[in-house]
Amino acid sequence: MTTADQTRIDRREFVAALVAAVPEDTLFVSGLGSPSYDLYAAGDRDRNFYLWGAMGGAVPVGLGLALAQPGVPVVVLTGDGEQLMGVGALASVGAAQPRNLSIVVLDNGHFGETGMQPSHASLGTDLAAVAQGFGITDSARIERQDEVVECARRVARRAGPTFTQALISTDEPPRVLPPRDGGFVKNRMRAALGFDSF
Amino acid sequence: MQTVEGQWQKDVFNVLKQGGIQQVAFVPDAGHAYAISAARSDPDIADIVLTTEEEGVGVVAGAWLGGQRAALLMQSSGVGNCVNLFSLLSSCSFPFLTLVTMRGEYAEFNPWQSPMGRRTPAVLELMGMNVHRVDRPDDVAEVLGAALDSTFLAGERNAVLLGQRLVGRKQWERK
Repeated sequence: MTTADQTRIDRREFVAALVAAVPEDTLFVSGLGSPSYDLYAAGDRDRNFYLWGAMGGAVPVGLGLALAQPGVPVVVLTGDGEQLMGVGALASVGAAQPRNLSIVVLDNGHFGETGMQPSHASLGTDLAAVAQGFGITDSARIERQDEVVECARRVARRAGPTFTQALISTDEPPRVLPPRDGGFVKNRMRAALGFDSF
Repeated sequence: MQTVEGQWQKDVFNVLKQGGIQQVAFVPDAGHAYAISAARSDPDIADIVLTTEEEGVGVVAGAWLGGQRAALLMQSSGVGNCVNLFSLLSSCSFPFLTLVTMRGEYAEFNPWQSPMGRRTPAVLELMGMNVHRVDRPDDVAEVLGAALDSTFLAGERNAVLLGQRLVGRKQWERK
């Protein structure tokens, strides 16, 4: 582990603190891989929708969800690799300006799921600057665990889309696997919002 | 001819509107221009411009998670961009409705449109979609309405292909 890693945020502590600090009715969408494990490890909730595939799809799902539920905070929690694959979706969020959508990228600068190859995020891409350039003006990069409090405040404020690039360490905590039955997870979130399966 | 073309385009939007569609995601396209413009000026419909069609698959799924009906408007070339994202629809049994204007077939001028256009129905079927095709203006409302019902009443995944003969020849020379 390098010195830089030691000073970076612990992903599990950060996600657990974020879930605890946002309003209780917040809807979470997590991108495939470690962000889904992190979200599940923080406590399974009916209002979590875990992606196990469809790489690049987390922000678009969050966008459609946020537009459908404007009175509820929606948080997309994903990694740098997944966000890079669907990076154009940040432009679509910038164009639509949903007030209640927050995107939190857990950025370890690597493709963790496939063997820790360096990602563009550690090879020159500044994701917070990209989001800013796409019109998500409330974009921030955070480097300390205690900054989770301000991140949660921005989620609760619902004052426009927000983007947070959280610099996490490359540690890989033990995997804890959320349900893989997509139909179940989908219907459970809809039921929590008062909707039938179809 | 102009009047007839205008009518089927209005039919598209009217069926979506009467079918309770509240989000329309799209990559701009001349064949969908009326529906996009009508969605933009309707306060009860969110219009979402995409950078690539695959985003639209996610948006439509997210809308359904949040209790709204949505539709994705795209061109046949965009279907190829969506393939992996279509897995989201079958993995979670999301209802899904897309309207696809066809290229690479009737009176096509640009051969680069043909590889994707010719394979569009097969790609959609491979990914678990019911594929409907419309070539006559008078059929648009009926077929789209049937696809919409199947989507939201039966929870199915439906694609309605608007044939290139229906959409009309593209004008290649600016006058």
